[in-house]
Amino acid sequence: MRGGGFWRYLLVRFLLIIPTIFILVTLVFFLMRLTGDPITASLGDRLTPDQLAQRIHDAGYDRPILVQYLEYLGNVFTGNFGSSITDGRPISEILFTYGSATLELVIYSLIVAFIVGIPLGMVAAYFRDRWGDAGLRVFAILSYATPVFFAGLVLKLIFSVWLKVLPVAGRASTRTEIKIQGLDSQTGIYFIDALRTGSSAAVADVLAHAVLPALTLGLLTAGVFLRLVRTNVIGTLSRDYVDAARSRGVGEYRLVRKHALKPALVPIITVIGLQIALLLGGAVLTETTFEWKGLGFQLADYLAKRDFVAVQGIVALLAVIVAVTNFIVDIVAAILDPRVRY
Amino acid sequence: MARTQPAVDIRDLRITFDTDGGTVQAVRGVDLEVQPGEVLAIVGESGSGKTVTARSILRLLPETATVKGAVMVGPENVVTLDQRRLRQLRGTAAAMIFQEPSTALNPVYTVGWQLAEGLRAHGKYTKKQARAHAIEMLRRVGIPEPDRRVDDYPHQFSGGQKQRIVIAMALALDASVLIADEPTTALDVTVQAEILDLLRHLRDEFGTAIVLITHNMGVVADLADRVAVMYQGEIVETAPVRELFAAPAHPYTRKLLAAVPRVELVERVAPPEAATEAVVEASGLEIEYPGRLGRKGFRAVHGVDLRVGAGEVVGLVGESGSGKTTIGRAIAGLTAVTGGSLRVLGTEMRGVKEREFRPKRRELGFVFQDPATSFNPLLTIAQCVAEPLVVHGVASSPADARDRVDELLDAVQLSGGYGDRFPHELSGGQRQRASLARALALDPKLLIADEPTSALDVSVQARVLELFEELQERFGFASLFITHDLAVVDRIAHRVVVLHRGEIAEEGTAAEVLGAPRDPYTQRLLASLPVPDPVEQAERRAAFVALGGSAS
Amino acid sequence: MSDTTSVPTVQVRPPWWHRLPIIQQLRQSVGLQRGMLVAGLVITGIFVVVAIFAPLLAPYGFNQLRGPDGLFGAQQPPSADHLLGTTVGGYDVLSRVIWGAQTALLVILVAIVLSVFLGIALGLLSGYIGGWFDRITIVIADAIYAFPSLLLAIVAAIVISGGQSSLWGGIFAAAVSITVVFIPQYLRVVRAEVLRVKSEAFVESAKVVGASNARIMFRHVLRNSTRTLPLILTLNSSEAILTLAGLGFLGFGIEPSAAAEWGYDLNKSLSDVTSGIWWTSIFPGLAIVLVVLGVTLIGESLNDLADPRLRARRKPAETPGQAVAAEQPAAREELGEVL
Repeated sequence: MRGGGFWRYLLVRFLLIIPTIFILVTLVFFLMRLTGDPITASLGDRLTPDQLAQRIHDAGYDRPILVQYLEYLGNVFTGNFGSSITDGRPISEILFTYGSATLELVIYSLIVAFIVGIPLGMVAAYFRDRWGDAGLRVFAILSYATPVFFAGLVLKLIFSVWLKVLPVAGRASTRTEIKIQGLDSQTGIYFIDALRTGSSAAVADVLAHAVLPALTLGLLTAGVFLRLVRTNVIGTLSRDYVDAARSRGVGEYRLVRKHALKPALVPIITVIGLQIALLLGGAVLTETTFEWKGLGFQLADYLAKRDFVAVQGIVALLAVIVAVTNFIVDIVAAILDPRVRY
Repeated sequence: MARTQPAVDIRDLRITFDTDGGTVQAVRGVDLEVQPGEVLAIVGESGSGKTVTARSILRLLPETATVKGAVMVGPENVVTLDQRRLRQLRGTAAAMIFQEPSTALNPVYTVGWQLAEGLRAHGKYTKKQARAHAIEMLRRVGIPEPDRRVDDYPHQFSGGQKQRIVIAMALALDASVLIADEPTTALDVTVQAEILDLLRHLRDEFGTAIVLITHNMGVVADLADRVAVMYQGEIVETAPVRELFAAPAHPYTRKLLAAVPRVELVERVAPPEAATEAVVEASGLEIEYPGRLGRKGFRAVHGVDLRVGAGEVVGLVGESGSGKTTIGRAIAGLTAVTGGSLRVLGTEMRGVKEREFRPKRRELGFVFQDPATSFNPLLTIAQCVAEPLVVHGVASSPADARDRVDELLDAVQLSGGYGDRFPHELSGGQRQRASLARALALDPKLLIADEPTSALDVSVQARVLELFEELQERFGFASLFITHDLAVVDRIAHRVVVLHRGEIAEEGTAAEVLGAPRDPYTQRLLASLPVPDPVEQAERRAAFVALGGSAS
Repeated sequence: MSDTTSVPTVQVRPPWWHRLPIIQQLRQSVGLQRGMLVAGLVITGIFVVVAIFAPLLAPYGFNQLRGPDGLFGAQQPPSADHLLGTTVGGYDVLSRVIWGAQTALLVILVAIVLSVFLGIALGLLSGYIGGWFDRITIVIADAIYAFPSLLLAIVAAIVISGGQSSLWGGIFAAAVSITVVFIPQYLRVVRAEVLRVKSEAFVESAKVVGASNARIMFRHVLRNSTRTLPLILTLNSSEAILTLAGLGFLGFGIEPSAAAEWGYDLNKSLSDVTSGIWWTSIFPGLAIVLVVLGVTLIGESLNDLADPRLRARRKPAETPGQAVAAEQPAAREELGEVL
């Protein structure tokens, strides 16, 4: 039974999203402006001073910073992130086009992370302080210690260059890209689009391209999950109720799987929510390594061109994603923990 | 005498632990027998090895333990059993009841699920049968509306109900031996009486053998048939309960029994100035804790009138949640007063600013409940005791205060090198004495003692209480002594105040309140307190049932 | 009494150095945990030595393009002259890997010094004072903490240096941007500790005695709240290296003429990989992995040793030794969130 307390909790958590987004957007805006106006930053070496001044005036960057800030806030509120300076495309269009590619990558990696990380974490907790545990922990530490881009490079070198079994980069081969472009409408998620072309070769091609990026980003996250599950399950295994269940004749394996895991899930889910930040940061690097044309790849590109309006837009969107994810995580944690429902 | 086969037979049990500080022998050569239908109490102070001995019956020991000897449960030796057989035996042949019911239940599963799991671990039940059986078990241990409550989560039950559920789980598979590890220590006395009643009922009805581990001699007198006294890993004496209390054979048993506080209606007269001068005066005192996120606050204390005269010791008694600690904290300025009036040493505490009250603090001492956390672990005992002297400018530094500190430590019988030790190098009792020294450093007019002895073993408790009495007579400070133990308050206090759900139930001299209580709550509280004498306790139990305190 | 009998009394307490952070844990640890800790200490030790003696150890300068026989040449495979080959820009890979250790160490040191002081001060104030100051600080810290640290570091790097600069400029840019990311973590950990310590009886006791807030904060709370700092330091050192490498990889590192930086070299080797040139990427990459591995191993061991639940599965309170062990304060569960 869920009483009013639960809904109230949801509402409070939901309202807490607003300051989070607000703070991040504000922070990014002012930090970006500290470097000067975006037009000088991106086009300063290509235009004459007069042209520059004209462009700055047209875009309104010569007005007081507070006025610009309020205007920016208002625009963000209505979903208008402005247009990029270097190629003039509306930011919202960029977000939509490339966002789906990043989403696809993140989903693949989460699948890898969950399949690898959570069961292995339980195994490590079960065999704690024995060799199986030690091996898994070294794997977890290595997956953390290896920068994603280096892991990507090594995987690429082994599977694409030396063994030649997987494609080097990109999201699909040119032929598949053309097929997908031929569809009436695209979701931007290549796996779905490839299915819709009805060609099994296209599906296989898309999946082959996804293997290395998904492994690269997924293993990083899997290491984090493994550690988390291990620590928390070991923590709950020392609780009285586990001993109590043991005294009733419940087997050791079931103790880990039922009695220790579920209470441990609440902190695990909460921390996994915080890992979304890690995952998005990793996505930027992974996309750059594999030329996966998603938001991260695009972000790195705009950064190189010093197009700060575009950067600001993408970063603001990421802030929203992070805040919403944390909200969802809070709800899941609340559902898992009966003490929140009263 | 024709003897039946014992339910549990322990032969030459030796248990050692590997620790940071080398190997520790927790149990050294214990022999014990429990007959079916018998309640055997294992008593002893902390570190005596009583819990480890009892847990060895189910082999519920950490992996660092090494067990030698034999523990026969029925026909099987638990020590040498393989994992599979051991699992089958747990729950069916012997089962366990834990000290803290709120941690012995998994918070994320319903009680019905947990009950059924124990049944299904032994493969005898379908889902439906298990549920029906679970409901039946809940009914048997006295949970009202069991068919509805079976789907509730542990946090939806009260402490006493949770312990009933833990007992239901232990009983679910008709185990012939129940191991009860301090089953009532975490509970209030009135609830304790009900749980003891339930256990007695189970023994009588099902012939279950019960191994009862406790440090509370009152509980022993109430429930046990036979008693084994453990000291430093060995059993020093085993005797039927009446024999043990009437004629303890071993010197340690005698010392243990002598240290147990009893309600003896000691009449202590407060000094005459208590009537004229008050150090604490509360009228209509209200204390409310603010609620979170706009929820309604929790009112811990309402409408309390309380007076502590100069040089007078007032015992504040109550069960958990009665608000007794809150009042103590409010007097020390640690909790805000939200209504009524509270005057401490002439200062009105309602809305007082810390800056105004600070000078008064030199006239106020406080002894905290938990001796483990009441000292800064990074300072020596002498530095800690010197703290009040330095803060109030009596001494310029801890070194400067050293003479006075040594004097104080001497007064609490901690002379010699104790001052230079760190808190973790002292035992609980020693720390509590040092805590007294710190509280008395500035010769205060008022000392607040918040359950100062409840974390201590009885013999240590006796020593600390003795010291308290002696110091009180010597320095003549007034004191508010907060405790849940009626026997302690009887010994210490001039006057007793009984608190119930934030209100005063009764007050008067110790003889009045404890000898002839008028308030029904006080009567029930007194009646449910088991006295450390099996003969007298049997009579009291009858009286308690007459008061309607019995549940099952 | 003769002189010969005046044998010095046996010291009961262990020598002071046994109570130093790392030494204490090293003595406390057993088996696998000790192995992890020792391995971590050895790797980290080698890293520090290499960083300090880089000028002596490296065969060439980090920005040296030509030797006595003229230009090194680009993308040369490993040979006697260039043990690990040369990069696409014509630098010696081995030299750049060794010099890179120095850059990494400098960035770690600067970043940690900056974030430790600011983070502890903020955490102490936030936890002790509470109220609105605490609420605002924690909301801001949480917002920053929840955000991808790499992106935040990029933004900070742009602000500080416009993206690129000299050795010290680059080091400070990297260190400051890492600091911005770290402060919330220190703040959270120290604040959580302060909150725990604040509710302990010895702090209340100081309040009852009448000690001033400053005295309580510095004499009683602060020193008892910094217990987990060695652990956080190791965790943040490894994150500093990873962040620095990430910045370099995205082109916000230090110019090759100013200093050697592993992430930058990896970025430049990205295209080499496709043509099968492995030595330009593998060695700087392995250097990062090893250093982070070493520091993380230390951190993991410290974490295990600080947490009785993880350190050893021993039953508390039945023996004197265990009673003492059980009274050791438990490590914060918040540490799970640090990574």
